Amino acid sequence: MKEFAYSRATGVEEAVSLLAGGSEARFLGGGTNLVDLMKSGVEAPDLLVDVRGLPLGGVEVTADGGLVIGATTTNSDLAVHPEVRRRFPALSQAVLAGASGQLRNVATVGGNLLQRTRCGYFADTSRPCNKRVPGSGCPAIEGEHHNHAILGWSDHCVATNPSDMGVALAAFDAVVSYETVDGPGELPLAEFYPAVGDTPHVETALPAGALITAVTLPAAPVAARSRYRKVRERASYAFATGSLAAALDVRDGVVHEVRIAFGAVASRPWRARAAELSLTGAPATAESFAAAADAELAAAKPLAHNGYKIPLLRNLVVSVLTELAEEAAR
Amino acid sequence: MPPTTRSDISLRVNGETHVLTVDNRTTLLDALRENLGLTGTKKGCDHGQCGACTVLADGRRAVSCLQLAVAAEGSDITTIEGIADGEDLHPVQEAFLELDGYQCGYCTPGQICSAVAVIKEHAAGWPSAATADVRPDAEPVPLDAAEIRERMSGNLCRCGAYTAIVRAVARASDETKVTA
Ligand SMILES: Cc1cc2nc3c(=O)[nH]c(=O)nc-3n(C[C@H](O)[C@H](O)[C@H](O)COP(=O)(O)OP(=O)(O)OC[C@H]3O[C@@H](n4cnc5c(N)ncnc54)[C@H](O)[C@@H]3O)c2cc1C
Ligand code: SF4
Ligand code: FES
Ligand code: FES
Repeated sequence: MKEFAYSRATGVEEAVSLLAGGSEARFLGGGTNLVDLMKSGVEAPDLLVDVRGLPLGGVEVTADGGLVIGATTTNSDLAVHPEVRRRFPALSQAVLAGASGQLRNVATVGGNLLQRTRCGYFADTSRPCNKRVPGSGCPAIEGEHHNHAILGWSDHCVATNPSDMGVALAAFDAVVSYETVDGPGELPLAEFYPAVGDTPHVETALPAGALITAVTLPAAPVAARSRYRKVRERASYAFATGSLAAALDVRDGVVHEVRIAFGAVASRPWRARAAELSLTGAPATAESFAAAADAELAAAKPLAHNGYKIPLLRNLVVSVLTELAEEAAR
Repeated sequence: MPPTTRSDISLRVNGETHVLTVDNRTTLLDALRENLGLTGTKKGCDHGQCGACTVLADGRRAVSCLQLAVAAEGSDITTIEGIADGEDLHPVQEAFLELDGYQCGYCTPGQICSAVAVIKEHAAGWPSAATADVRPDAEPVPLDAAEIRERMSGNLCRCGAYTAIVRAVARASDETKVTA
């Protein structure tokens, strides 16, 4: 590991100006991804600016019933917060489905949003990887890619975004607030992770040196009946092979409002807008749910070894929406 | 002058304050083992994947291999050496002993630190991924085998002592309730 300087920021302005002072400076949240990647040599900062002491922790309910989640809130504190569990249960479930108790206790919301892909080639500095070394190639396309993308990938990179939390945030129209030396800004989650294109190393639309300060969830009454389901290769403590966040409001047997987002299928949490469009106004039946899944997955382009994700996601849509509809009918 | 890459820190571990100088690259795990001689905390994977290095930081369980020592300054750390109350073993330690919650024992300090926190998290009403209804007004769930397995899933055991570990955590949780 390369040597680095360490500094604790006590204020937001101080944090962004400290970061601007280092050529290869990084913010340090819980360190559960960054320190790991520094050990592997993927990240080699010369300065870490610790942000956990910033006054950015905690969850607040907004006047209209949405939530403002501070960027340094730990994953545990987010998941167990009563208002998160009441208003956005799928978000609580998504966070609880990720990592382990001893990681969630230190991992922060800001760090979770910016966690890097788990593509094995990305983490192995002896191999080429366009994301790590732009222009070096993508061995995953011909190699090990059973848990890589089926949607939105390009010939330059087929990696997925591994976050569970991000999938629920995508379903609920989260907005990310940040601060820079030039002042604050906001990005809807839908624009936060740019398309892969020929720049897989550009993973967010954040300006350079931006400090994430908060994530806002607009009020969404539909989210009170929501669920996150994650499929993985063992019962717990593994990244998803496919996951789903969904919320459903059925009135008189007809879908009044629906939210669907997929995880582990693309370089970003995948909001399933085509599925939502196909379902809105349709009867709340397993046939409509399957048709909605097909509408979204029509765009899927599986690689040689990850075609299983298409039926996996389709089954997730049908089973989770069926459960939500049955619950609504009770 | 280039910015320094070493730090003078004070670490509060098991109620004692230690003053030391560390290279900023030192993890809390290495500082505990190499600088402070507290070798009860084990290094398994060194990448956050096995839980052998689990300690309590301000009462919350955390992996110490992905935590930098310099970033741990200011937290109150409890390692396996500080779990017992003097000569009186913690109920979790008693339960692991009585029910054989280990074979080789390598993962055990991490399992025990984790279990101590699991029992507290459950008592505080924290749901888990095994909890069917996470809404705050749902019935509280018992710490049954499914909940224990999920909540302890961050601690791997290469010997596969899981069956006994689950029993030990359940026993300790019952006893903590009786004495509380
Ligand atoms: C063994 C293991 C299993 C895991 N399993 C899962 C899983 O199943 N599902 C899942 O979703 N995740 C999983 N994770 C990943 C985990 O969720 C992330 O490591 C964690 O959320 C990152 O948060 P952090 O605060 O530790 O980030 P850090 O490691 O501190 O930082 C990550 C990145 O974010 C940047 N950063 C941090 N905070 C800010 C901020 N406020 N503003 C701007 N930049 C910032 C850092 O500079 C760095 O680039 C796992 C991790 C491990 C080690
Ligand atoms: S899929 Fe992306 S991250 Fe993985 S090797 Fe290819 S370019 Fe790198
Ligand atoms: S040594 Fe820390 S989790 Fe394995
Ligand atoms: S008892 Fe040997 S690793 Fe768990």
